[in-house]
Parts: sequence; C-alpha cells; structure tokens
Amino acid sequence: MDVALFVPCYIDQFYPQVAMATVELLERHGCRVIFPEDQTCCGQPMSNSGFRDDARPLAEKFLRVFGKYDHVVSPSGSCVSMVRNHYEPLIGERANTMRGRVFELCEFLHDVLKAKVKGRFPQKVGLHRSCHGLRELRLGSGSERFVPSHDKVKALLAGIEGLEICEATRPDECCGFGGTFAVDEAAISSRMGQDRIREHEKNEVSLITGTDTSCLMHLEGLLRREKKAIRVLHVAELLAQAEASA
Amino acid sequence: MNEHAQNATVFLRDEARSAWHDQAVWWVRQKRDRAQHAIPEWEELRSLAQHIKAHTLSRLPDYLEEFERNALANGAHVHWARNGDEHNRIVHGILRRHGVTRLVKSKSMLTEECHLNPYLVERGIEVVDTDLGERIVQFLEQPPSHIVMPAIHLKKEDIGELFHDKLGTPKGLSDPKQLTEAARQHLRAKFLAAQAGLTGVNFAIAETGGFVVCTNEGNADLGVSLPPLHIACMGVEKIVPRAKDLGVFLRLLARSATGQPITTYSAHFHGPRPGGELHIVIVDHGRSKLLARPEFRRSLSCIRCGACLNTCPVYRRSGGHSYGVTVPGPIGSVLAPSVDPEKHSALPFASSLCGSCSDVCPVRIDLHHQLLAWRGDLAAQGLLPQEKTVGAKIGRIVLSHTWLYRLAGSLGRFALRVLPRPLLYNRLNAWGQTRELPVPPARSFRAQWRARNGKS
Repeated sequence: MDVALFVPCYIDQFYPQVAMATVELLERHGCRVIFPEDQTCCGQPMSNSGFRDDARPLAEKFLRVFGKYDHVVSPSGSCVSMVRNHYEPLIGERANTMRGRVFELCEFLHDVLKAKVKGRFPQKVGLHRSCHGLRELRLGSGSERFVPSHDKVKALLAGIEGLEICEATRPDECCGFGGTFAVDEAAISSRMGQDRIREHEKNEVSLITGTDTSCLMHLEGLLRREKKAIRVLHVAELLAQAEASA
Repeated sequence: MNEHAQNATVFLRDEARSAWHDQAVWWVRQKRDRAQHAIPEWEELRSLAQHIKAHTLSRLPDYLEEFERNALANGAHVHWARNGDEHNRIVHGILRRHGVTRLVKSKSMLTEECHLNPYLVERGIEVVDTDLGERIVQFLEQPPSHIVMPAIHLKKEDIGELFHDKLGTPKGLSDPKQLTEAARQHLRAKFLAAQAGLTGVNFAIAETGGFVVCTNEGNADLGVSLPPLHIACMGVEKIVPRAKDLGVFLRLLARSATGQPITTYSAHFHGPRPGGELHIVIVDHGRSKLLARPEFRRSLSCIRCGACLNTCPVYRRSGGHSYGVTVPGPIGSVLAPSVDPEKHSALPFASSLCGSCSDVCPVRIDLHHQLLAWRGDLAAQGLLPQEKTVGAKIGRIVLSHTWLYRLAGSLGRFALRVLPRPLLYNRLNAWGQTRELPVPPARSFRAQWRARNGKS
C-alpha cells in the first residue's frame, strides 16, 4: 500500500526522529512510504488563532500536495483533525475530498492496516491522551461520554511484551499546550502541564508517551526545566523501538 | 498579557489555594460522571435535548407567543424587555407600584447579567439573595464565581470569618452545618419580612404557560409563597414546547450540574397564588443577536448546568472571577463576545480547545468549535492584537513557500544552538518562563529523508 507521509512542520524541524520512526513502522507493516517534499504546514496555528485568510493558502497547498494520494498518514492527531474537521470554513466543500483519506498514525495502523504490533519494551509508561486525537478523531472513548469504552492507542500497545501502561487519575485531562494558548495563557498552560506530570510521577513511570509531539514538547519543556527524570517518547518511537527489539 | 491571563496568573500565585479550587470543582465533575453512568440512555437523552432545543430555537417567536397567551390565560402578567436596562426598569416599576421596599430573590443568572441588584438598591429597595452561596457573595459584594455554585471560590474558613463579621457567629467557626444554620436563621427573618419574591426560570413551557424553578434549598418556593407578589425573570431561550419535554431536561440538568439525580425542589408555577400577583419578565439582552448567527445559535440551547465550567481545566485553574463576566467558563466565553466583542475579545482564547466542554454538555453544544468560530469572527472584525495579526501574516508567507520554510527552519535551529541563553530566555519568551525550548537537531526530517533515499 502506498502511503503519503504528512510530517507536521514542528516535527520536521525539531523532532525528525518521530517522523523517521513513523516511516520505519509503516514500512515494517508493508507500506511504501512517499514523502511529498513540497509540504510545509496544515495551517492550524493561523486557523486556531482566528486568521482564516492566512490559513486558507495553506489548506489549498495541502490539497495540492496531498490531493492525489489515497492514504495520507501523520504522527499527529491534532494536525490530522485540522485537515479532517477544520478545513471546511477555509475551503468549503473541497474539504470533503481530503476528509476520508487523512489518518493519524495509530488510527491508520489500527483501523486500516489492522496491524498487530509485537515487540518488547519493558518499562512503566504513562499514556497521555492528546485532546484532538481523543475528542476530535475519537481515538478513544473519553471520560466525558457514556459510550462503550475503547482506546485505539492502548489496543496497539497491548501486544508489547513487558510494557506496563499506567493510567493517570484524570485519564484524559488536557496537558495545557493548546498551540498559541501555551504562550497567551502561559501561567495556566504551565500549571496544567505540571499537574499532568505530577499524576504520572505518582505512578512512578519512566516515560510519558502520546500521539502528539506538541503536547510532549510542552511536557518535556517542563520536565527538563524542573530537572525531572521522566522522559517523553512519541508513541511512534515507542512502537518502532519495541518492534526493533523483538 | 490579556486581562484573563493576568487574572489567572494572580489566581495561580497562591499555589495551594488554586490547587484546592481545581480539585473542589473537579470533584463535582466526578460526581456528574457517576450520576451519568446510572443512566444507560444518557447519550440518547443528550441528543433528544439537543434536538428539542434546536427545534424550539427554529420557531422561537411562535413558542414565545404561545407561552405568553397561556401564561396570560393562567392569570399571570407578561412583560417583554429588549435588554438589561428595560428589564431593570420593568422590575422596579412593578415593585414601586406595589410599594415594595423589601425583596427576596432566589438564584437568577439573568438578573446578575442585567445587574438588577445594584439598580434596585440605588432606588431604595432592600434586595436579599436567599440562595446560600448567593447570599455569601452578596455579603462580600462580589459577583458569583460559578453559575451553579456561586461561592465555590471560598473555603469554609472564609465563610466562618464572613459570618462572624455579618451574622455574629463565634470567631473561628468553620463547621458547614453550624454556618448553614446561622444563615437559615438570618434568612428566615428576611423571608418573613419580604413584600415580594423574585425568581429565575429554568424552563418555561409554551403549551401550558407554566414554568419551572429548580433549587436545592427550597428558597425560591419559600420566597414566593410568603409575600403576595412573585416576579419571574427569564431569557427568551428558556422555552420548551411541551410539559413532557421537562422529563428530558430535568433528568439532564441536576446530573450534569451537581451529580444529583434531581434537584431537591423543582417547583412548577401556573399563574399567581390566590390573592397574589405573578409577573413574568421575558428578556432578550443580546440573545436574538446570537440566534441570528447560525454558527453561534446552538449556544442558546444552554440550560446553565455549569458542567462545562466544572470540566474546563482553564476555569478550574483560573476561577470564575478571572473571566470578568457573569457567566464564566466555556459557555460564558461564547456568550460574552456577542454582547461586547471588543471588551471580551480575549475570552475565546482562554481555552486550550481541548473539547472536554463539548463532550460534557448535556445539550451537545459544540462549545470548543464555537470558541474557535469566535476567534475567526474577532480576527475578521480586526479586534485581535497587532502582534497576533502580524504573526499570522508572517506565518502565512513563510509556510506558503517551501524554500522559505526550509530556510527559516534552518536559521531557527541554528539560532537555538548558538545563541547565548539570556538571548533565548528573557521576558519576551513566554514559553521559556517555565519551560525549556526543544533541543534542535542538526538536520530536519526532510534532510534526513533525502539522505536516506540517496538524494543530496
């Protein structure tokens, strides 16, 4: 299966290892990965700040770059939700052409490839459920709704030997990143992140994983500033490392 | 820094107290979760409530007129107010005609919105809020900090101190039971002396002309049962078509608000009591403006349960007063800009857009999408700060050209590697106040990809 890789701009620039782990995973599960090099950013930073006119050209660009692929996969729930759920106010009905073809990585592995990840990762890990993946892509059921409980990320991790997933007391509270919110409301944003970290610390995890590098970047920034031992690791890296050590 | 962010920063400075506030409000969210899980058809109920409200809003004028006809037939008087000023004048007029100088009130967020209390006090009327939490914030001359739990920002020790001062309770008393008893005794005298009672309205039923007021303390019932005059104030959006619709909303309201299966008192009023008068004041106050805008219309479905406040990680950590409006939290941040977009332009940004509010809402208002829509609306109106506008333009230009994006990325990573720490971490770097910046890799993913695939 041909898969076009959509790498969010900040992952491209600051966390290349997350995109590389995504490539390894997809290839190991039988995909041929294509990286369209003209891609930049989905436009979410502008759109979420209200500047639709500034986000529109980037939505147009996204369609130009990715429009011809049947499967576009990205290691970010938030950017995928932007394309799937928030392009309509920008480009109208043409947003529909992309909606069914863009996937968050875990969603793609779980729903499309129906992949079983086997491997070893003998560590205690805290799972951070990023909001847009959870509530806009429904990667999991979420604590607010009364629906049958499910979690695609956890289901993928379930096959990994030695891995112990620890739930935080508040299983899906926001980490406080929120894009420009992180600087507009820096005090609240930081406290939200510190509160998440405290819950994971109680579980004595060695690292925190999740589907979105943006949340992890925020948590990592706090962890490093406070000189804590917990590390962050994107779920793509965790899955790839587990498979590599199988 | 915008006003909400400033207020929040101050609120968070007392670390222990803000953590207590977060936990106290979260505890209510958890109670709500437990109550919800006792109702297997919860999600269907939410959908039903959403659809009833959508239908009602699509024919709001018809239902309002039907309600008026039936309320008049029940013997009530009906008044219409375009805005808060008209509402206050009407209420004062009714009180003046009856020679009322002592009024008891049960909780009504609408009258808070219209600033009725100071209006009446200035005109020589004693106004006593009879809801315990409301009475507490009234003593303190503060606005409520939550729409269901007006004094949730105060600890029992704070109340003890306040009641010592106002009601003469022993110094240092902080036992909730004893403090509540002191308030009961104090309020009992006010109830007995009152010449009129004012209530809010939770639901007004078009087909019967009746309405329902929900309280946990029975203070609405007592307040309108003793004096001969009852004034009920409602926003135009409080209408439901049929009495049987109440079965949907009453089940959702208390569970969502406090995790109770039902509010302790759900009082139904159909006309004045014998020998008394009932006046219903129906208020617009900016609601028809929201009704006219399809992207914000659903916010009028709100039943004021407060669940979106309780679940909001920002509300819990900044407190209700940080919003500077009567209704705080996600729903308040959607409602406020319609009244004054310029003044409240920061509120739609007081959210990480985590979406928990939308999922917890018993009438399925897409709150976080409405917050996003407001951001777009405020940007289009040119009401956002200059630096945001310029930042978005630069972003568009850089990200529209792949070569420019690559160049900017390389320069940015280079700068992060070589610049001395004081140039990176200073007052201008809001991120860096509490957080480290990412460690920049030598090469971007796209450079690594090219190397991997044998391209230069």
